[in-house]
Amino acid sequence: MRKLIQQHNVNEDTAQHLITSNIKNTPHESAVRHVSGSARYVDDIPAPANLAHAAIGISSEASGHICSIDLTDVFASKGVIDVIIAQDVPGQIDIGPIFKGDPVLADKEIKFHGQPIFAVLAHTVEQARIAATLAKINIIPSNPILTIDEAQKASSYVRPSHSMARGNITKALAEAEHTATGSLSIGGQEHLYLEGQISMAVPEEEDRMLIFTSSQHPSEVQKLVAEVLAVKLHKIVVDMRRMGGGFGGKETQAAQWSCIAALLAARNQRAVKLRLPRQQDMIVTGKRHPFENQFHIGFTSEGNISGAKITIKGNCGHSPDLSDAIVDRAMLHADNSYYLPHCQIDGHRMKTNQVSHTAFRGFGGPQGMIMAEAIMDTIARKVGKDALTIRKQNLYSEATGMTTPYHMEVQDNVLHELIEQLESTSNYWQRRDAITLFNINNPIIKKGLALTPVKFGISFTAKHLNQAGALVHVYTDGSIQANHGGTEMGQGLHTKISQIVANEFGVSVEDVDITSTRTDKVPNTSPTAASSGTDLNGKAVQNACIIIKQRLAQFFAEQVNGDPKDVLFVNNQLILGEHTRTWFDAVQQAYIGRVSLSATGFYKTPKIHYNRETGQGRPFFYFAYGAAVSEVSIDTLTGEYKVDRVDILHDVGVSLNPAIDKGQIEGGFIQGMGWLTTEDLRWDCAGKLISNNLATYKIPAIGDTPDIFNVDLFEKPNQEDSIYHSKAVGEPPLMLAISVWCALKDALSSLSNYQIDPPLPTPATPERVLACVNTLIKEVACE
Amino acid sequence: MIQFLLNNKLVSIENERADTTVLHFLRDKQALTGTKEGCASGDCGACTVVVAEPSSCGDNENQQLDYKAINSCVTFLSALQGKQLITVEHLSNKQSLHPVQQVMVDHNASQCGFCTPGFVMSIFALYKQGDSVNRLSAINALSGNLCRCTGYKPIIEAALDVCNARVADQFSEASTSTIAQLSALTKTNAGTENLILPKSRQALAQAIRKHHDAVLVAGSTDLALVHTQQLQAINKMISVTGVKELKRIEEADNMLTIGAACTLSGLQSILLNHFPALQEVMDRFASVPIRNQATIGGNIANASPIGDMPPILIALNAQVVLDNGMRYRSMPVADFFTGYKETKLKNNEWLDSIKIPLPTANQILRVYKVSKRIEDDISAVCMALNITLNNNNVLDLSAGFGGVAASPKNCLNLSNKLVGMQWSSIESLKQGQQILLNEFNPIDDVRASGAYRKQLLQNLWHRFWLETNNHEHRIETRVSQHA
Repeated sequence: MRKLIQQHNVNEDTAQHLITSNIKNTPHESAVRHVSGSARYVDDIPAPANLAHAAIGISSEASGHICSIDLTDVFASKGVIDVIIAQDVPGQIDIGPIFKGDPVLADKEIKFHGQPIFAVLAHTVEQARIAATLAKINIIPSNPILTIDEAQKASSYVRPSHSMARGNITKALAEAEHTATGSLSIGGQEHLYLEGQISMAVPEEEDRMLIFTSSQHPSEVQKLVAEVLAVKLHKIVVDMRRMGGGFGGKETQAAQWSCIAALLAARNQRAVKLRLPRQQDMIVTGKRHPFENQFHIGFTSEGNISGAKITIKGNCGHSPDLSDAIVDRAMLHADNSYYLPHCQIDGHRMKTNQVSHTAFRGFGGPQGMIMAEAIMDTIARKVGKDALTIRKQNLYSEATGMTTPYHMEVQDNVLHELIEQLESTSNYWQRRDAITLFNINNPIIKKGLALTPVKFGISFTAKHLNQAGALVHVYTDGSIQANHGGTEMGQGLHTKISQIVANEFGVSVEDVDITSTRTDKVPNTSPTAASSGTDLNGKAVQNACIIIKQRLAQFFAEQVNGDPKDVLFVNNQLILGEHTRTWFDAVQQAYIGRVSLSATGFYKTPKIHYNRETGQGRPFFYFAYGAAVSEVSIDTLTGEYKVDRVDILHDVGVSLNPAIDKGQIEGGFIQGMGWLTTEDLRWDCAGKLISNNLATYKIPAIGDTPDIFNVDLFEKPNQEDSIYHSKAVGEPPLMLAISVWCALKDALSSLSNYQIDPPLPTPATPERVLACVNTLIKEVACE
Repeated sequence: MIQFLLNNKLVSIENERADTTVLHFLRDKQALTGTKEGCASGDCGACTVVVAEPSSCGDNENQQLDYKAINSCVTFLSALQGKQLITVEHLSNKQSLHPVQQVMVDHNASQCGFCTPGFVMSIFALYKQGDSVNRLSAINALSGNLCRCTGYKPIIEAALDVCNARVADQFSEASTSTIAQLSALTKTNAGTENLILPKSRQALAQAIRKHHDAVLVAGSTDLALVHTQQLQAINKMISVTGVKELKRIEEADNMLTIGAACTLSGLQSILLNHFPALQEVMDRFASVPIRNQATIGGNIANASPIGDMPPILIALNAQVVLDNGMRYRSMPVADFFTGYKETKLKNNEWLDSIKIPLPTANQILRVYKVSKRIEDDISAVCMALNITLNNNNVLDLSAGFGGVAASPKNCLNLSNKLVGMQWSSIESLKQGQQILLNEFNPIDDVRASGAYRKQLLQNLWHRFWLETNNHEHRIETRVSQHA
């Protein structure tokens, strides 16, 4: 840590502290290629000679023991070249990313319906897929555990439970003026990246292997491919230019398809491509975790929360995957933006016979944060105040308190100012009055309104992942290639990186090209996840740029007898007092003068620490904030609803690229809205996923975008020394969509004259909304 | 031979599997990988391409090209006969982007970019159609394209911008020669050994007699899934989409006759002309690319319990006309269905047309579709109600239902009980609800529970009663902008 700070001080002389405004308007680096169809995804790479195609055969039981596998018909099927099962793996079978439990192909035990058991190689995609349906697999089924309740009864956990606490919750609840309890069932979410899982393995000399993949974590793909092949990491190169969407679904769970492709490629010494058909992709890859959460709270007659005991249970599926960290993050966000004077938060990692649930934008944060908002709504109805009033008075503040349940001080809270601004621009109170009137006059259609905040912690909770590397080359014509450990999945990371490089060198972004992410250029990288892509890789790239700038400045200063510290890099020039060099000349002269024009960069996030044993520390470098106001109409005859208007104000620090940041906010919001409304994962009683295609699983379509959708950036520099004082923006906006769920409940609550906070499990499909209408009508009649 | 223009290059297909999809052809045979596979089931739009053909109206000299977006993943090569196929690669003109591409860049409307070529092509079709575009029509045109990244806002804005500032492009400049090239193709006898393309009723009858092993195909939007999802080969097909008798639309004797091979897009304007109440359900019927391919006959002959056309046609007292080349026979649409995916269609028989009685005075039609998502979703319940009133007196009532039984259903009990009653009376409301409570026992499935469907039947009846009675104050009954 000390060293890092020192390094920073040394470099400060040459670092640009701000991003120049004209660079901020850079369009997505691949935009022209996207619209013209020339952006190349893995399936678009011209086929190597002798390319063969793989397909996987999957389990038709959720739980059991493999008795026998008869592959006769598979081998006999037209075009088949090879078939492999777990026993054919020369190296490690288990490809669990952190904890074990994820066999690349099922090894004796069946853990979920749809688990890959074998893989076929054939001359065409169709031949491979047909052959994969022909195995005769004898499985002795056992009773599967399919729900969180069943898992709890069976004490079935993938990892030990974990608690964090502050104050004395027992006393606080016992002495509370009012108490309330509640429970919430929270649905999972299919990633539905438009480009499905895919990988192509190309054997190279001897035991070397080149892997093209659509993965957020090329270094992990490299490691796992090496492990299944029983070779060392330096024999494997992973190349990842872009993904057609990731959202967390390609953080750990893209590796399996690379491993299978590599196994077949190594055995047959030919290039192998494995592309999952959409339905299989949906069956064999993990989702956002479904949760079952409870709360028990105490509060005053004024509506100030005095204590909260929150229990969080994540359905992790059959293996740990990333679930330990995901349930942790749910726990770390159960307070959202509110001070809990006394609290205890317990998190359980339930093991079920489902596919192993995995990272998904927000990484457990949303499933924790929604509890805080459920609590606020509960208090509001009990004390008869508007939910916004309750939210505002419970925010972290000098008056309430600044310490989180994990004992980190909230030092950068901008929510008071941000909410006040949004309240005003969205006309919250005037619309509240109009809605109250509307609901009095309309017996069938009811309107609802809700403003909810977001406070999202930025940093990987696994401390070691908060590091990044970069490699920057300046060529003799002045053009620049930059490479870093982050991956481009549409979020605009490469665009922001190219802006940072251009900004540092004072050149235009056209002079900068970001190449595909490759494990032979920057090694040992972290996944592009936790919204950290720009924070980590941007700083690492900046570090590399500074090193080259120092060399150029030194060389230039020597020539004109100046101080290298005074050299400026602006407008394609190096300027030192009255002396100038064009960028091109400076580079040329430095090359002739034998100055290295290439450098690696490195960054690690300062200040963070967290003791999981005590549940205390500073797990986050900083918080990103935002708030949204959603207005909805519901139809009390059918449960159908419409989001009529959304206003968002979101904190991105100093925006590096306002268009890209707004894109993340809008897209994250709509994705979160889908999670909470129409995206309905369904498994049948045998544990088979039945919402397994796009006809049965409905993500938001274009008509679901609200007619009025105002999105503004709250631009205030990040207090912490992040890259140009910007803030991470990938995940936080997803949770702004909790305002839609709260608005639906607000509309429903009108049926009880706002006396009852209706229990609305998510996703709040029209069917669930109507069920809630039925419940409310019954309850009101009883009273 | 199947002949079409790939942009401006003539392609002749002689030996190709019948079940080769246009997407497969583009990506694997032509190395045109700009068109993407997202789902291979017509649900995501990443594979959207545009086909152009001379419009059926207008004389030869003033002929124009009609541009339609289709899902290449559920379209077989036979559908390209005599048409121009345009993909995302063909839009850029030398070094410059087409306006619809440029506007997407300008609006930052792509993130991961995988859905982008599909959006570009859907917007391109809208751009070439020439009608003025508002937010609603832009959304309608793009309802079959899913984007998981952007939240759609910049895409809507891009579509609105570019479609309201159209300029001539290379396609309009080449239109005369394109039309000439395409006209030449209609003169040749189209088809291959395994893709048979009859042009008349007699030729169709002959083809069916000759090729017992062939499958009849119309829009292929459902049939293609047999191949792309169930991995079954379809070795031989007879396409009915070129049979001129099956594409007729006629109005005579208060009867609207629609040929079975008319696409849902093709029949939309005349249908809405007579039945404006169908606007919402037609807009929500799958998506534009599907409606551009899918036929009314396919939606009926498919006999799915959740197709949206059958309940409407049942409520409208429509008849289906069946044909075997020698003899026509007809029956009410409700009678056509004999069970789950079963119909009265015999071997060698095909659906010829649908006959819909034109509306009479005092006839009120309402169609309610309830689904999880508004756009491009399958009904949990679809309910069509057609009532004729005379001063509050129920003269006639017919109803069609989807999603509540193994096949599309009518409900004769409704008319038996309700005819003669005072429509505004609370009794009419209660009677109808009571009947619907007992009439169906819908099942639980991935879309909805049986209990929800049952409650919807009663509550949609309530909505119908509210909407068709005159109240002192208009009661809002809909959340959707379509209403």
